[in-house]
Amino acid sequence: MDDREVILDIQNLRTRFDTQEGKVHAVNGITYQVRAGETLGIVGESGCGKSVSMLSVMRLLDVPPASIQADAINFKGDNLLEYSKGEMRRIRGSKLAMIFQDPMTSLNPVLTIGFQIKEPLKLHLGMSDDEADERAAELLKLVGIPDAESRLNDYPHQFSGGMRQRAMIAIALACNPTLLIADEPTTALDVTIQAQLVELVKELQDELGMALIWITHDLGVVAGLAERVIVMYAGFVVEDAPVDNLYEDPRHPYTFSLLKSLPKLEEEPGTKLETIEGLPPDLLDMPTGCPFVPRCPFAKDKCRELNPRLEEVAPNHQIACWVDINTGELR
Amino acid sequence: MTENNTLLKVKNLVKHFPITRGIIFQNQVGAVKAVDNISFNIKKGETLGLVGESGCGKTTTGRTILQLHEPTAGRVEFRGIDLVEAGDSKMRELRRDMQIIFQDPYASLNPRMTVGRIISEPLEVHNIGTPKERRDRVQELLRLVGLNPYFVNRYPHEFSGGQRQRIGVARALALEPEFIVCDEPISALDVSIQAQVVNLLEELQEELGLTYLFIAHDLSMVRHISDRVAVMYLGKIVELADRDDLFENSFHPYTIALLSAVPLHNPAAERERKRIILKGDVPSPANPPSGCRFHTRCPIAEEKCSVEDPEFREYEEGHWVACHFVEKAQNQMK
Repeated sequence: MDDREVILDIQNLRTRFDTQEGKVHAVNGITYQVRAGETLGIVGESGCGKSVSMLSVMRLLDVPPASIQADAINFKGDNLLEYSKGEMRRIRGSKLAMIFQDPMTSLNPVLTIGFQIKEPLKLHLGMSDDEADERAAELLKLVGIPDAESRLNDYPHQFSGGMRQRAMIAIALACNPTLLIADEPTTALDVTIQAQLVELVKELQDELGMALIWITHDLGVVAGLAERVIVMYAGFVVEDAPVDNLYEDPRHPYTFSLLKSLPKLEEEPGTKLETIEGLPPDLLDMPTGCPFVPRCPFAKDKCRELNPRLEEVAPNHQIACWVDINTGELR
Repeated sequence: MTENNTLLKVKNLVKHFPITRGIIFQNQVGAVKAVDNISFNIKKGETLGLVGESGCGKTTTGRTILQLHEPTAGRVEFRGIDLVEAGDSKMRELRRDMQIIFQDPYASLNPRMTVGRIISEPLEVHNIGTPKERRDRVQELLRLVGLNPYFVNRYPHEFSGGQRQRIGVARALALEPEFIVCDEPISALDVSIQAQVVNLLEELQEELGLTYLFIAHDLSMVRHISDRVAVMYLGKIVELADRDDLFENSFHPYTIALLSAVPLHNPAAERERKRIILKGDVPSPANPPSGCRFHTRCPIAEEKCSVEDPEFREYEEGHWVACHFVEKAQNQMK
């Protein structure tokens, strides 16, 4: 059993959006913990609630139209839901930092890179402008940007995509966060640049010891990076397992089918890809049973009536499914 | 390789986009060298995969082949007919046999047209069939791509991304083409939907004997679907070989690095493997490096590389590569 301290404990988080068409059930009761120094991967397809759940934790959603409910979101012992706006602002960007998907739009185009890195240093750590200047240059060097001092005066448009994402990482790391949330940080970038950034984040994590949540739809990136992986589907956590177990012995039909739908390196020429037929459910009109039923090759009557809860099926390995996929029968 | 089964022949193809300055009196001050002197053939019935990072010119290559961009220089022969020299009316006739599927299924369908009109438009343009025959053909096509024929009167926004891509495929198939450029047809789709579209493309190829130029940046998908694969870097093809040859026995340093950067879906192997992390970013195609364009990022570059552009040559049978130091790459990078 892992004896590192639990730093983030999410209990039954539910996030809804009120829209003209009705209530969108984006996150539907998810529960998990992150421990100090741990690397957690969250995978799922678009619309599965992986980003929204993190934005809910950071309280970065507009309420309304969003409504965030949870039994608790404990970060280092404090319930974030009970924080005032001011308290939240103090912790956001200092102890709890986030990098976003699109480095082209998440930096302010009219402010210099230096200004944007210095902002959290001055706000959270109370540094003077000169101190912040020095620290900002250090940070930019840390994330591997050559000629850091003079680059501080550049504007985001003078940086390439990969460099902008590096600058974002520098901003996120400015105050030495306890937890860094990376929301698809490499999706908009090329493979060779992605490899650079994954390597960089790994090194920085070793050096600084923060916990990391890496959100992605790419099962490959997570395989090399995470210790533990959570698979989300239609706003639910459907599987939560150590990385090796997840890839070698997936227990949820969705994870199982998803891994099978990827092209294999060792496959014979002319092999057909396995597909998951159909589409994810409409989040406006959630079914009562398991959300994966219409696409599930193992579905039983019980699955249509009752939505399974997350249960442990092996040490540290939880799934939300009634069926044992090895036998095809109900567990 | 016999001449007869070559469907498409691209020879020394060049596409430069001018960079101009001034509003009224526009002076050309430079050029974006999107595609710079590339040559390859595509055989009838095969799938040629074209991979590379964003901005390397792969999409421009596809479009220039179809004459959607006018080439700056070079020849494109389709069934022996030079498309660059062919006039407008000849070209229009030939377009029936050459179609394209676009990357973004959200942007490539007109939101104000019904699915029926979108798919029958190519038939109308080419004056094929009576309205009744066209309607029947549209329904047949929808069935062929796995959509319900009753969808003809719906609009694109009523469909999911995967379904829209199927509509794009149906439109491309309307004129019974021989050759289709698939320009990143699955990049915008979710993993579970990608497999559906790729299987559809493969089934159609078997059924209709299609030839594909499959452009993508997802190497594992390219490996799955292609017979041969070409790797592009900054407007040049750096390596071209049979699929297995390229993936298992790559010669060019860029290909070796690119393949090592592709994440594997296997945590144990992922921890063990030797990764080659390329330094820096892809240079701008408006001002590409001298000599070999890859030399600024190449881990084994020597002085010669910055001076002399390596020739794209057949290093082994059917395995083409543009590098001065193939053996050194083999010894030092693997």
